[in-house]
Amino acid sequence: MDNDKIGQIIDKHQGKASSLIQVLLEIQSENHWLPKEALERVSEKLQVPLTRILHIATFYKAFSLVPKGRHEIHICVGTACHVRGATRVLETVQDLTGIKPGETDSDSKFSLETVNCLGCCALGPEIVVDGKHHGRITPAKAEDVLKKYE
Amino acid sequence: MPRINSPAELEELRKGILSKRDPDKPCIAICAGISCLALGNDRVISAFEEEIKKQSLEAKVDIRATGCHGFCEKGPNVVIYPEEICYIEVTPEDVPEIVSQTVIGKKVIDRLIYADPNTGEKAAHQSEIPFYKNQTRHLISNNTKIDPKSIDDYLALGGYSALSKALFEMTTEQVLEEIKKANLRGRGGGGFPAGLKWETARNAPGEEKYVIVNAHEGEPGAFMDRALFTGNPHNVLEGLIIGAYAIGSHQGFIYTRHDTPQLRDNIDIALTQAEEYGLLGENILGSGFNFNVEVHLDIGIFVSGESSALMRSIEGKTPEPRPKYIRTSVSGIWGKPSNLNNVETWANVPQIINKGSEWYTSIGTERSKGTKLISLSGNICNTGVVEVPMGTSLREIVYDIGGGIPNGKKLKAIHFGGPMGGSIPESLLDTPLDFDELAKLGAPMGAGGMLVMDEDTNMVDVARFFLNFLTDESCGKCVPCREGIRQMLKILTNISEGKGKEGDIELLEELSEVMGEASLCALGKTASDPVLSTLRYFRDEYEAHIKEKKCPA
Ligand SMILES: Cc1cc2nc3c(=O)[nH]c(=O)nc-3n(C[C@H](O)[C@H](O)[C@H](O)COP(=O)(O)O)c2cc1C
Ligand code: FES
Repeated sequence: MDNDKIGQIIDKHQGKASSLIQVLLEIQSENHWLPKEALERVSEKLQVPLTRILHIATFYKAFSLVPKGRHEIHICVGTACHVRGATRVLETVQDLTGIKPGETDSDSKFSLETVNCLGCCALGPEIVVDGKHHGRITPAKAEDVLKKYE
Repeated sequence: MPRINSPAELEELRKGILSKRDPDKPCIAICAGISCLALGNDRVISAFEEEIKKQSLEAKVDIRATGCHGFCEKGPNVVIYPEEICYIEVTPEDVPEIVSQTVIGKKVIDRLIYADPNTGEKAAHQSEIPFYKNQTRHLISNNTKIDPKSIDDYLALGGYSALSKALFEMTTEQVLEEIKKANLRGRGGGGFPAGLKWETARNAPGEEKYVIVNAHEGEPGAFMDRALFTGNPHNVLEGLIIGAYAIGSHQGFIYTRHDTPQLRDNIDIALTQAEEYGLLGENILGSGFNFNVEVHLDIGIFVSGESSALMRSIEGKTPEPRPKYIRTSVSGIWGKPSNLNNVETWANVPQIINKGSEWYTSIGTERSKGTKLISLSGNICNTGVVEVPMGTSLREIVYDIGGGIPNGKKLKAIHFGGPMGGSIPESLLDTPLDFDELAKLGAPMGAGGMLVMDEDTNMVDVARFFLNFLTDESCGKCVPCREGIRQMLKILTNISEGKGKEGDIELLEELSEVMGEASLCALGKTASDPVLSTLRYFRDEYEAHIKEKKCPA
């Protein structure tokens, strides 16, 4: 991620220190992870110590300090999905991808995360791949969905 | 857009909007709520747009992408006005037929309307479908009538008339008094009287004061705040401005999550439009009252929804709560008096100002007034957003509105309040929806997530599930919460796996007591509630796990 892009994001928030989280979120969504150089740049521009930035970047699961896979799988393990069988779906996806929540596979194909309720409880159990929702998932359906990704 | 400078000009503008609208003109209201969108309603919306173009009906038919209609289970949902015909589970392939047959031909398409799964009885209109018919929808019903991106749609329904009334016909004291008399209680979980909180902030020393919308909605299984705020953002905004006026605040914040982009978009558009009309910003409606709003986007971790944590996050820090010797309404963001209310709490304000506290208090129970939005989910036929008067029995919600339990299973328990709430057994199903009644039973209403569980549910696992959730969500600042939750989880996991020992239950109870006393914020204080409530009503299940090393469910 180049410095111009980071500069633009920071400028958009008028370089305010209180917009730190929003700046980091935008870098994360643009770049899918937070490289060290980017954080140093944010620290310099927003005049926030790097320790505080790292405090925030490591506090939230939504930020990643390591590169992510090409496709991000989110499995909802919220209450409604749980009582409708999300645990079995999670196990299936773990078996299929060989990774656990928080991990990325060695080919950088998939990253896996669990989330706590996406607000679509009518569709549970649910998985989201690269922002696309797949509802009323069974272990067999999960396999079909993942096959579509290269 | 013209700037409005007086109440008369507002009414003028409203008249202008209404005069351009023909109530008999067909309008297709397509749900663009999160569930329906996830089911592919974006494709249904495009299909309607194309079809209308193809048939050259642009001038004769309106299309409206709306917020959540409520009946998420049967999405994608489409309502055809003026007849109010509800079509469920609509696909893009159905669209040409809907336009020719229903919009133009005024005929109902049998295949697309609701049929009762038991009796087969069909229902074409909202007023006939049991899910809608048995509700009282004062807040959420406007969702189908509004394009959330259009302030004119809100104005057409009388929007901002409460603001105009408050600013020009009422003193700040009168507004406060009305909210106090209405006994509006906070919808975010605590049920604290909004009027009292407003008064504290109002009387707190200091020139600068803040008002905040808590649109964090971190409780898993709760989606009604998003449905209401995404679908009708001006309703919440109007409430916020009125509150700011009563409290004497000139700066507001809307605190929302990063993972609901539609909500963020709709809020941003609403703020811009309100500002252009002069309903927000300097000299609102020419009253001399100034008020600005900033949106603070946050990351959805559970504890960020707690008041002091939320306020720290607005300051750009990590969301760690602080002890509440001094209330945030006295010292909140940057040490200034900060009044925080939930989305639904703010949304109730305009109707209270418009219709009066007497009307409002005529709905509900002795101590819980008005209606309540409920997110109904779990093992229930009709998952969705439900609005009922306080005092409605849980039985009515589960059976009359929710359509009962799917797959011929029996109801076992109902859980309220998410990870800080509790479960009550089927035998208490006639309990009314009421802050105090439910709290007494150990299942406080929380924000309104109502999880229905069938006979196959293992209650020890449910308690374990919530603790597991909280180990990740506890901010880690205080020891009783951080370590207590972890130890309880360990014990529960052992019990679940058949490795429970004599004395485990007592240990759980002891840990709960310490956490309840010594934790910093409500998260730790109430983290053990799901365990305590399941112990209260399903103790035999714990004992069976421990003694017989097996699960009875
Ligand atoms: C751990 C925790 C999480 C909370 N999450 C939310 C939330 O997501 N939304 C909300 O409105 N209130 C939440 N609350 C309650 C708030 O602290 C606060 O009481 C509420 O927003 C006040 O608004 P009300 O009086 O209108 O309910 C949470 C409280 C705790 C302890
Ligand atoms: S999202 Fe469409 S009805 Fe709820």
